[in-house]
Amino acid sequence: MNLVGENLSYKLTEELQLRKISFNFEKGKLYTILGRTLSGKTTLLKTIAGLLMPDSGSIRFEDKNFLEIPVWKRNIAMVYQQFINYPHLNVFENIAFPLKQRGLDPQKINDEVFKSLKLVGLEGYEKRKIQELSGGQQQRVSVARSLVKNAKILLLDEPLVNLDYKLREQLREEFKNIFVNGLSEESIVIFSTTDPREAMELNGEVIVLDEGRVLQVGAAKEIFENPKDLKVAAISNDPPMNILKADLGSNKIKFEDIEIDIPDHLSKLKDKHFNFGIRASDIELNDNGFEFEVELAEISGSETLLHLTRGNLKIITSIEEVMDFKIHDKVKINFKSNRAYAFDEVGNLASSPFRGSNV
Amino acid sequence: MSKINLNKISHSYNPNDPNPTYALNPFSMVWEDGKRYAILGPSGCGKTTMLNIVSGLVRPSSGKILFDEKDVTDLKTESRNIAQVFQFPVIYSTMTVYDNLAFPLRCRDFSQEIVEERVNSVAETLNLKSFLKLPARKLTADQKQLISLGRGLVREDVAAVLMDEPLTVIDPDLKFKLRRNLKEINEKYKTTLVYVTHDQNEAMTFADNIIVMSEGEVVQTGTPKELFERPKTTFVGYFIGSPAMNLFESETSSNNSVKINDTLIKTATDLSKLKNNKVKLGIRSEFIKIAESQKENVISVDVEKVEDLGNYKLLTAKMGNLTIKSKINRETEVSSEKVNLYIPPEKCCVYEDEKLI
Repeated sequence: MNLVGENLSYKLTEELQLRKISFNFEKGKLYTILGRTLSGKTTLLKTIAGLLMPDSGSIRFEDKNFLEIPVWKRNIAMVYQQFINYPHLNVFENIAFPLKQRGLDPQKINDEVFKSLKLVGLEGYEKRKIQELSGGQQQRVSVARSLVKNAKILLLDEPLVNLDYKLREQLREEFKNIFVNGLSEESIVIFSTTDPREAMELNGEVIVLDEGRVLQVGAAKEIFENPKDLKVAAISNDPPMNILKADLGSNKIKFEDIEIDIPDHLSKLKDKHFNFGIRASDIELNDNGFEFEVELAEISGSETLLHLTRGNLKIITSIEEVMDFKIHDKVKINFKSNRAYAFDEVGNLASSPFRGSNV
Repeated sequence: MSKINLNKISHSYNPNDPNPTYALNPFSMVWEDGKRYAILGPSGCGKTTMLNIVSGLVRPSSGKILFDEKDVTDLKTESRNIAQVFQFPVIYSTMTVYDNLAFPLRCRDFSQEIVEERVNSVAETLNLKSFLKLPARKLTADQKQLISLGRGLVREDVAAVLMDEPLTVIDPDLKFKLRRNLKEINEKYKTTLVYVTHDQNEAMTFADNIIVMSEGEVVQTGTPKELFERPKTTFVGYFIGSPAMNLFESETSSNNSVKINDTLIKTATDLSKLKNNKVKLGIRSEFIKIAESQKENVISVDVEKVEDLGNYKLLTAKMGNLTIKSKINRETEVSSEKVNLYIPPEKCCVYEDEKLI
């Protein structure tokens, strides 16, 4: 009954390919594919949709060989990054289109379209022309059209990426509601994104994809708390996790000219040389801390991201407030070492604050 | 480099109508020499009209524009001595990268030494050094945009560099670097930079001063911190920051308190001179804290959901029909039913007719 992929490989170009991807997607669940540009997210979704034929591997759905089923019979709806609508049709006609094609009776079409307009928050807009809508509204029309099909598999390929952040914030909130309330237990939703916060917020099962390979699969919280290696830590944190080459001394952890106390969970590391990982949000301003120089202060939403340097050290810290800093300002910071990670020299997770060193 | 003075500027596309509609409502503003400004607002707010008035592509229906003390209102773009960078790369594709960058200087008969020095310096800052000899058409889209940026920055004698969403086509990783470079260029050469964007994050990161626009009106000018902490209108409270500022319908109750439903909240605002008692209370989710016990300015709310967003938890709660959002520490355990929240009076913003009191 599940959507099951096995060893899917596909080579589009040298840098863009799928390498033996396997998955098992259950009905009634939300899956988030998290990966950077060129990691293969779109290629994977297109392969599921039937727009691309893999070089090898298989996809089965409801115990049928999915690859033998042509695109139009796959019962899939897909929402793209670009807002794709029919420019000559109004909002109602755009959403009704797939139902008219199926030849449903007008009353039924009407009911379904209004139900779906309500879900995406576009009630009252049904007579508008597409050009009269903002980008966010246009994207909601394409989402509504995909919902109305009541497809068994709903694919959303970075649907928020082309919107400005205020709209993204609003639509993300709506997506959560739609996924929780608006979908049947029979549907599989697959949502791709480059944004780890989006993945956290959607709170589904996360598949971390990199260079066409699946690196880790797990609940959003699990990926966040226990990234299995440096690559996953990099992909699943924005701003990226700070990684510092460190030495474990007898009673201190040292990196460059900084020494900090050893937290319990890092005291039993096998290797004395390791990668000390700490999130931007786990570094705090503290008058008794280590002095760093501000390289740039970035503001993201309500957060101030400080890019700091001290000698050869470069770190990023985030403050949950908007603050004014200038380039070359001096700040003092403290590392919350009880929240630190250790990765061994080849990059595998050696200890996490959530699971200790026997990971 | 110049100080730019926009004096009682307005713009209407039907100025002769008895009731003209304004794309840009009358406003006055001074842009200081050597600073970074961002014009921020949703599409259709008038930000490009404002930029076009400064560049000379649009003549304002009323008002004057002065570069230092010189009135340039009737001067054409080419006589205004400004550099412009657009959303998409504009390059001479048959020329080399070097010749592209040198073009604005050669047009103005700068000496070969100055051309050499400036082109190299700009190419260095923008990471274009290794491409200087290549024909510009061979570069990728974002590298081409770097050439456009470089051409805008290569002259030190311009009054201002005007940029209209210049980083749209740039890869996110490179964006960070470029924002930093633009800030450095500004600090080094003291170029006045004016930057139009709809992206709050970009504006807040880039500029010392942000001009927030909405429906043809300048609603606030200030530093990122000012916009965040004291938004002058409820629109700015919504538009700046994520999540948006919490806003509650309320009634004034004493000289400095408001009543939300039946709960009294003390603020640091003098409310004694208001004409009517209907106001809105605004408070950022970052400033609301979980409180141990009932005391002044502590409200008891029903927890609706707590989302773990990794770096923090976002609490959504209800007080009667009002929704309150509060950012809380990820380590904090929150009851799933009732919780007490403290609203610091000094962080409260009170709005009358959507404007800050």
